[in-house]
Amino acid sequence: MRLTSLSQGKGFYFPPCQILNICGLRVLFDCPLDLSGLSIFSPIGFDEEEYKVSSCNELRESECLDRKRQKVEKPLDASNLIHSEPYYKTVNDLHLWNASFIDVVVISSYMGMLGLPFLTRQKGFSAKIYATEATARLGKLMMEDLVAMHAEFRQLYGPGESGCTQWMKWEELDMLSSVIKDIVIGKDGTELGSWMPLYSAADVMDCMQKVQALKYAEEACYNGTLLIMALSSGLEIGTCNWTICGPKGTVSYLSSSCFVSSTSMDFDYHGFQGSDMIIYSDFTTWKSGNDVDDYSSYSAPSTSKLSDFSEDDWKVRAESLLKLDEGEEEVEKLSFLCTCCIDSIKSGGSVVIPIGRLGIILQLLEQIADSLEASNIKAPIFVISYVADELLAYTNIIPEWLCKQRQERMYSGQSLFGHVDLLKNKRLRLFPTLHSLELLKSWEEPCVVFCPHWSMRLGPAVHLLRRWCGDPNSLLIMEDGEDTELAFLPFKPMTIKVLQCSFLSGIKQYIPTFNTSISLKYFPEKETLCIPKVKTASELNIAADLTMQILSKNLKHKETSIARLKGSLLLEHGKQHLIFQKNQEASSQTKSLLHWGKLDPKDLLVSLQKMGINGYVEQENSDTESESLTIMHISEPRKALIEMKGTNTVISTDDEDMTALICEAISSNLDCI
Amino acid sequence: MAIDCLVLGAGQEVGKSCVVVNMNGKKIMFDCGMHMGHHDHQRYPDFSRISRTGDFDSSLTCIIITHFHLDHIGALPYFTEVCGYKGPIYMTYPTKALAPLMLEDYRKVMVDRRGEEEQFTSENIEECMKKVTAVDLKQTVQVDKDLQIRAYYAGHVLGAAMFYAKVGDSAIVYTGDYNMTPDRHLGAAQIDRLHLDLLISESTYGTTIRDSKYAREREFLDAVHKCVTNGGKVLIPTFALGRAQELCILLDDYWERMSLKVPIYFSAGLTLQANLYYKVLINWTSQKVKDAYTTRNAFDFKHVCSFDRSLINAPGPCVLFATPGMISGGFSLEVFKHWAPYEKNLITLPGYCVAGTVGHKLMSGKPTKVNVDRDTQVDVRCKIHQLSFSPHTDAKGIMDLVNFLSPKHVILVHGEKPRMIALQGRIQSELGIQSFCPANNETVSIPSTHYVKADISDTLRRHSKCPNFKFSKTDSGENSDTGFMPTPLNPLQVFDDRVTEGILCLDRSKKAKVVHQDEFLGMLGAEKHELQFAYCCQVPIGNLGNAIETEVANVLPVIDNGSWLHLLTGKLAIELNDVNIQECGEHIQVESISISVCLNDDCPHRISETNLNKSEAVYFCCTWLAADEPLARNVISTLRKLELSTNLTTAG
Repeated sequence: MRLTSLSQGKGFYFPPCQILNICGLRVLFDCPLDLSGLSIFSPIGFDEEEYKVSSCNELRESECLDRKRQKVEKPLDASNLIHSEPYYKTVNDLHLWNASFIDVVVISSYMGMLGLPFLTRQKGFSAKIYATEATARLGKLMMEDLVAMHAEFRQLYGPGESGCTQWMKWEELDMLSSVIKDIVIGKDGTELGSWMPLYSAADVMDCMQKVQALKYAEEACYNGTLLIMALSSGLEIGTCNWTICGPKGTVSYLSSSCFVSSTSMDFDYHGFQGSDMIIYSDFTTWKSGNDVDDYSSYSAPSTSKLSDFSEDDWKVRAESLLKLDEGEEEVEKLSFLCTCCIDSIKSGGSVVIPIGRLGIILQLLEQIADSLEASNIKAPIFVISYVADELLAYTNIIPEWLCKQRQERMYSGQSLFGHVDLLKNKRLRLFPTLHSLELLKSWEEPCVVFCPHWSMRLGPAVHLLRRWCGDPNSLLIMEDGEDTELAFLPFKPMTIKVLQCSFLSGIKQYIPTFNTSISLKYFPEKETLCIPKVKTASELNIAADLTMQILSKNLKHKETSIARLKGSLLLEHGKQHLIFQKNQEASSQTKSLLHWGKLDPKDLLVSLQKMGINGYVEQENSDTESESLTIMHISEPRKALIEMKGTNTVISTDDEDMTALICEAISSNLDCI
Repeated sequence: MAIDCLVLGAGQEVGKSCVVVNMNGKKIMFDCGMHMGHHDHQRYPDFSRISRTGDFDSSLTCIIITHFHLDHIGALPYFTEVCGYKGPIYMTYPTKALAPLMLEDYRKVMVDRRGEEEQFTSENIEECMKKVTAVDLKQTVQVDKDLQIRAYYAGHVLGAAMFYAKVGDSAIVYTGDYNMTPDRHLGAAQIDRLHLDLLISESTYGTTIRDSKYAREREFLDAVHKCVTNGGKVLIPTFALGRAQELCILLDDYWERMSLKVPIYFSAGLTLQANLYYKVLINWTSQKVKDAYTTRNAFDFKHVCSFDRSLINAPGPCVLFATPGMISGGFSLEVFKHWAPYEKNLITLPGYCVAGTVGHKLMSGKPTKVNVDRDTQVDVRCKIHQLSFSPHTDAKGIMDLVNFLSPKHVILVHGEKPRMIALQGRIQSELGIQSFCPANNETVSIPSTHYVKADISDTLRRHSKCPNFKFSKTDSGENSDTGFMPTPLNPLQVFDDRVTEGILCLDRSKKAKVVHQDEFLGMLGAEKHELQFAYCCQVPIGNLGNAIETEVANVLPVIDNGSWLHLLTGKLAIELNDVNIQECGEHIQVESISISVCLNDDCPHRISETNLNKSEAVYFCCTWLAADEPLARNVISTLRKLELSTNLTTAG
C-alpha cells in the first residue's frame, strides 16, 4: 500500500487531495480547486484600474517595467492585480499523474468536486467516480454556478482573450508583486502549470455522467476487489468519510469531520470499526496547534489497528467528543451574527453574506428571518445565484441526508428548512442574477443578501460589495480567509463593517488517544509513503459443505490435518471464494504425491512384510557419515530393490503392481500429500 | 445450520403479514400487520409463538417493516406498546413518516366509528414510532455485530422496500409487496444480484399476467368522466396513502387536459396532509416525477380541495376520495350508504378487497342489496368500476424476480392458496428452485450457507492468477487427415480456466491456511523426500551374423553408445505417440524418464534374470519420478519388445 499526499489543502474550501495505491488499484481522494487563488485577479467592473494598465502600456516599455519593479517594494494596491480572464488553480501534483492510471476517484464533499471536470475531460480517463447523491447534486450546482459566474466575467474580456494568456508569460510574471507571484508560481516556483482556464458547462455535464451516486453506507463494489462505502462525516450536507475494504484489509479515510451538526447527518463512527488503517486527513487540529508544527504540520496517523475496539469503546469515545461544547459555540456564533445583522439593518445598512457553506447559509436564513421578525423589521432577504432556485428546492427534499432534528421536522409534518415558509410568505426572494428585471422591481434597501462568491472576485458579491463598501452602516459577513488583505484590495478604501468568522470545519480535538498498540505514521505533502502490509495473507472463503467432502489427512506427530484443494479462485465483493469444479476428484487422483521426511528402513520392512513382501536390509556405508546408503533387497513375491539415501529413495522393480505396493508402504511410513 | 422461517401471518392468505426468520441465531420479524377481515384476536399474528413467556426483547433481534399498509404495520403499536417489545425497529424514511397517519386513521375508524374497544391509543402510536430507526435505500445497516440489513426499492407504495438480511454467510430477502412495472408516481422494484439462501416473496397475483397499464387507466378515466358529465357522484374509497395519490395525479392531470371544473374532494384533511409528506419525500417517487420537482411538485394538486360532511347530499357532480379503502367502515361506508342507491353514481373499487368487507361483497357478483352490518341493508343501484391496476407485481414479475435473484429456496406468502400452489409449481418446474407456501403458524426450515474461512498465501494467489491457456480446434480430426493448416472456418478456441491448486492446513489452534505446494514444506519446516524409480533393461542384439557380431562386439563399447540411443530414439518415437523425446548426448529424456546405456555389469537395477551373454545384449538404465510411472512402464515394455538391429546404415 502506498499513500501519496498531493495537497494538504487549505481548510473547507480546498480539501486535501491524496492518492492511495491499494490492492494494485489507485484511488484518488477528492479533486478540489483552490479558489482562493482567484484573489490575484482583478474583479470585473473596475474600469479605473483598467485605464491605469492601458495607460501604462502606452508608456515606453522600459519605463513601465521600472515602474512595476518599484511597485514590488511598495504596499499592494488594486493595480497590482492581474487584469485578465481568471484562471483556476488546480491541485498541482495531480498533473504529474497520468489520468488513465487512476482507477477510482472518491469525492468527500462538494468542495472536493470542483476540479473534477478537469480530470474527467482528460484523454484516457476511465476511472470510476464515487460520490454521495447529495454531494453529486450539490457539486453539480456549485460547478454550474461557477461556470455561469465565469461566463459573466468573460463577457467583459470577450472570447478572444482565452487564446493568448498575456499574464502567464515569464516577463509578465516577473513584474508581479511578490505576494501575487507567490500565489501564481508557488513558493518553490513549480505551480504555474496548475493554472487552467475554466471548464465549460458541457465538461460539467460530461463529468456528472461519470459519477456514480451513492447513499450513505451503500456498498459499492469496484471490480469485485474493493468494497467502497461512504459514511457521513457530519461536516456538510452529503459530505462523507470513506471505508475501502479489500481482500487485504480495510482502510478508512477520514476527511474533515464534525461531531456536531445542525443540518447534515451526524458523524457515523460505526464504519470505522474493524478498520485496519485510518488515513486521517482532517488537518484542522494541526492548523491551530503550534506544538505540532514540528511534523511539518500536515501529518496524519495511519496504519492504526482498530479492530480491537469494541463497539462500546467507539460509542463512549464518540459520545465524549459530542459532549464538547463545540455545538454551543457554533450556536452562539450564529446568533451573534444575527444580532450584528439586525443592528446593521436597524441603522439603515444592508448586509451581504458571501459564504459558500450551504449548511451555514440555510441556518442563517432561518435565524436572520426569525430575528428580523422578532425585532419587527420588514427588511427583505435575497438569495442571488444562478442556482438559488434549485439549491433551495433541493435542500427541502433530502431528509435522508439531514440531522435528527431536521428529520423530526419532517415527521411532524413541517418542511425541512424554514426557507420554504419564507418563500411562501415572500419574505425571502430568489433571483438568478443581480441584473434580472424581477430583482430590480422588488429591490429595496436595507436588505440581507446571500450571494456567491466568497473569493470576492466573482458573482453578485463583487457588485454588492462595491456598492456598499463605502457605507459604514452596512455589514459584510465572511469567513476567515487566508489573505483577506488581498481579497479586499480592489474595494479599498472600505468603511463597511466586516465580520469575519470561522466555522467548524473539522475535528478540533486530537482524536487518537488510542491504545499504544496503534502505530502512527505521518505523511508529508508531496511525498509517497509506503505502508507495510497490514495482513500477510488474505482471507479465502471455502463453502463448508464442500470442505466436508475433502479427504483430509492428519500429519504424523502433529495436530494438523491437511488436504489438497483444487478449484478456481473468484474475487467478489472484496472477498475471495474458492469454487470447486464438479469433476475435480477424478483429476486430483492422477497427481503424484508429495512426500517429505526420512524413511526408517526397519519400519518400512515391517510394513512390507504386512503386505506379504519379504526381503532383507543391507547397510552400505558411503563416504559421508550422514548420508549412508541403505539397500533393501526384496525377494518375494518378485525380485525388487529399494535404495534409501537421506531423503532420496530409488525403487527398482520390473512390475507395476510391485511398484504400487512398495509405494503404498512408503507412503504409509512417510508424511505425504 | 438452518434458517427457520415461522409464518405468523399472510400464509396462504392476504392480511396480517408477519414472518419471523431465525437465521444463525438471529431472529428477525418481517412486518407486523393486522388482518382487515377479522375483528377478534385473529386480526393480529399469534405473537405467543415467538415467546411463550412474552419476553420478546430477548427472543427477537429486530423488527423490519416493509411499507405503511395496515396489513404490514397494523399490529406494530400493539406489539410494542401492549405486548412490550422494546428492541429496534427498522423501516424506510417515508414509511416512518406516513405510518403514523395510517395507524391513526385506522384507530379512529376502529374506535370512533365502529365503537370498538381500542387496541392502542394515539400515544401508543407516537411512542411506537419513536423506537423506529429510519433507513435509506441501499444503506447497509449493522443491526448488531453479525446482522446486516439493507433496503431495496420495491415500488409498491411510497417508501415500500424489499429487505435484505445477512447473518454470517447466510442471506435472505423478504420482498414485502412489490411492483415490477413503474407507474405514474412510483418506479419499478430494483434489487442487486445477491447470493441468497432464501427469498420470501409476496404472491398476490401469482397466476395473473397483466397487459399495459395505460389502457386500464384510460378505462378508469373514461368511467369517471362519463359519470360526472351525467351529473353523477364518484366515490373512490381508498386508503389515505398510496393509491389516493396515484389516482389523484391521474385525475388532476386529466382534469387539466380536459378542462373539467367538477370538484375533486379529499374526505378529510388527512390525505392533504399526507400530500405534504409526499412533497418532501419526492426522491422516493418515479424518475419522471423527481425530475420535474423544481418547476412544479407533482403533489401540488390544482383541482383538489377538502370535503365537508355537509356536501354528501349537495346537488351536482363531484369526485370524492374517502377512507378507508375496501369500504370496511368509516367515512367511505357512510358515503356509500348515501350514494349507492342512485343509478347515476359510480363507485370504484380497488383490485383487491379482503373477504368480509363491503368492497368484497360488491366485487363478488352483482348484488342489488348489501348488508353493511347486522341491521342495515343498502340497495345498490349505482355503477361499480373495478380498478384493474394494482401496485402488486403479476406472475411474470414474480418469476422474473425469482429468476434474477436465483435464490436457493423460495417461500411464498401474501396470496391465496390455489394461486400460490400454482406459482410454487411453476418456480419448481421452470426455475428448478425449491419453494414452499406454508400456512399460518407453520415453520419452514432450510439449510443455510456457511463458509470455512482460511488465509490464502500470496504465492498461491499469484499462481491462481497465472493464465492457463488451452487451445483446441473444434474438429481437429478431419483437419489432420486432409490438410496442413486449419481453415479459417475452424478457428482455434482458447480456454483460460485458471486453476487454483493449493494445500489446506487445518491446525486446531490456528486459523486454516491455504498455501501453494512449493511453499508448503517450507512452512512445515520439512525436507522433501524424493521418490525415484529405476530399472535397467536388457535388449538383445538379435538377428546378426557371427562375423559381424565379433566386429560389433569389439567396436561397440568404444563408439556406439550414441548410436544405440539414436536407434532407441527412433524406435520409441514410433511406439509412443505425442510424447516429446529428447536426445541429450549420453541419455534420452522423455518427461522425467532418463534412459542411458548401462555399462555397469553389477547395476543394482537389473532386477530381471539375464539369460543372455554380455555381448548379446545391450543394457539401458532408466530412472523416473512417480508422476511418470505409467509412461515409464510403457517405455520399458517397448524396450523389452525391441530387437535392436545394428544395421550400420540405420545407425548412421
